Amino acid sequence: MVIRKGEFFSLLGPSGCGKTTLLRIIAGFDDPDGGDVSLDGFSVLNFPPNERHVNTVFQNYALFPHLTVFENVAFPLRLKKTPNAAVRSRVGDYLELVQLSAHAEKMPAQLSGGQKQRVAVARALINEPNVLLLDEPLSALDAKLRQHMLIELDSIHDKIGITFIYVTHDQQEALSVSDRIAVMNAGQVLQIGTPHEIYESPATGFVAAFIGETNMLEGTVESVDGTMVAVSVPGLGRILVTEDEPPAPGSKASVVVRPEKIRIDTERPAPAKRMDINFLEGTVDEPIYSGSSTKYYVRHQSGTILKVIKQHSNWSDEGPEIEWKDRVYLSWSADDAYLLGAS
Amino acid sequence: MAPMAVRSHRSKGPGRVRNYGPAYAGPAGIWLTVFFVAPLLVIVAYSFLEKGLYGGVEPRFSLEAYRSLANSVFLRVSLNTLGISMVTTLLAILIALPCGYYMARSNHKTFLLMLVIIPFWTNFLIRIYAWIAILGNNGFLNALLLRAGWIASPVQFLYNQVAVTVVLVYTYLPYAILPLYSTIEKFDFSLLEAARDLGCTRRGAIFRVLLPNIRAGIITAVLFVFIPTFGAYAVPLLVGGKESYMLGNFVAEELTRTRNWPLASAISMVITLVTTLGLWLMFKLQGKAPQAKDPGRTTGERRAP
Repeated sequence: MVIRKGEFFSLLGPSGCGKTTLLRIIAGFDDPDGGDVSLDGFSVLNFPPNERHVNTVFQNYALFPHLTVFENVAFPLRLKKTPNAAVRSRVGDYLELVQLSAHAEKMPAQLSGGQKQRVAVARALINEPNVLLLDEPLSALDAKLRQHMLIELDSIHDKIGITFIYVTHDQQEALSVSDRIAVMNAGQVLQIGTPHEIYESPATGFVAAFIGETNMLEGTVESVDGTMVAVSVPGLGRILVTEDEPPAPGSKASVVVRPEKIRIDTERPAPAKRMDINFLEGTVDEPIYSGSSTKYYVRHQSGTILKVIKQHSNWSDEGPEIEWKDRVYLSWSADDAYLLGAS
Repeated sequence: MAPMAVRSHRSKGPGRVRNYGPAYAGPAGIWLTVFFVAPLLVIVAYSFLEKGLYGGVEPRFSLEAYRSLANSVFLRVSLNTLGISMVTTLLAILIALPCGYYMARSNHKTFLLMLVIIPFWTNFLIRIYAWIAILGNNGFLNALLLRAGWIASPVQFLYNQVAVTVVLVYTYLPYAILPLYSTIEKFDFSLLEAARDLGCTRRGAIFRVLLPNIRAGIITAVLFVFIPTFGAYAVPLLVGGKESYMLGNFVAEELTRTRNWPLASAISMVITLVTTLGLWLMFKLQGKAPQAKDPGRTTGERRAP
């Protein structure tokens, strides 16, 4: 895995997938069973954590409770016996960067979660490391604050331009700020790519299911016509999907379609002029309203359940309200779905 | 407490709320008065009276006891006692710190705690005699050294300051280990990783992060060792010699042999005063410990590098 200089790189995966272990190996707290960690082309494996130009923002912040905010941030400089005047100006700069200048003389116990988080960031940055490691830094904050801190982290990254390696299990966090993401599961890196690549063309079923919500329809490839693949899905019939590298007919494959790509109507839509639209009928099992959108679990007569998300966008597409037990018509374009080989 | 709370909510008139607080404090108050305050007052009173001819006191006010403290013997014994207590405390803390740290990070905490606590099940005097059996002229250690050929004749280990210090450290070590263990156990070890991450060496992390954060435990351990050691009596009596004579022995001598009860009381007062002074000093130190969440304290001046 190569992480480029100045990149905002995320390690994303469910808890226990090894992403924190990987981070700890980079920081030097744990030793790898094999392999190497190199920074700027040089192996750092034989250096203890205090000699690597890497700093960490810990999940629980790990602020020193016996020191003020100022002294917490000044800690690395004090170790290097930096003169007092220089310490004061550098710490001042970094406290300003994280907007905590007013709280310099407080003790960590007097700070809110978000403030502690920012102290931890300032303290990790003051050494001017080549890489900043962030271990689920927002997991202890509430949802609103998390959004805010995420934007702030991103702007700090833009300002100082060093490499960030960000560990998270939250796909929204990873998608919104990362330049590239590595999706991990059970100690394996499954896919490395930009947020768009990861979301729109996941490499495996796990990645597809882990990043966002998805419908997976397993079946057998029936026929291939150019990039247009017809898959026979038991119960649902022929489903069309486009694929640049189509598999051979007869092989097992899954059609993957995101819930927001499916159109939901209460009346049978007019017959499409295009040939690449999939149609299905079903009844609404369960509508889940969540403000800006509603998620419907739609049951096909075969028993298959499809998730559909409808945005409440504006007046023009607001038809009659779809309710529980309503008969609905689903449609989506073959272009908006993709195919995963059996894995 | 609960019934009181209910009552005070229901009744509007202040006269109807009965405060049982003093009654609850009664048993403990009586116990403390009878067994602690009263004896202390008796000792204070005795120290200001004239000594009786055959022990006891005459009910006449006198400063004779305190006046007779002003001599070189008392001063020497006092300094000696202070020295032994301070060395014992220092050694006990130095041994207890790594022990407590290891216990707190071990996977066998209960087992290790038992090892510390089990000696309490044996009588204190018997444990001192065990040390005599180890360090004595015909004891285990001498036998071992003779057998190994490292010494030609038995070495006198007992009846000196070193023996007193060794046995005192042994006796009060658990009192240092237990409070240290309990504070280290609550310590967030990820702080040590953070310190390493920010450029600390292993040892630097211990001194800059661990020790300041377990200050309360260290202070408690110092008190728990220093106070009983300063009043030690049995240990210097059984394994000590002339040079390791301590204030506790002085008191016993005046009580039982010289029969100067006012003087014995006056020396006890000195011991009490010194230990109280120690307590007060430590509480002052503890007040500055990071556990204090007083915002006023945090706006102090910055520490110079």
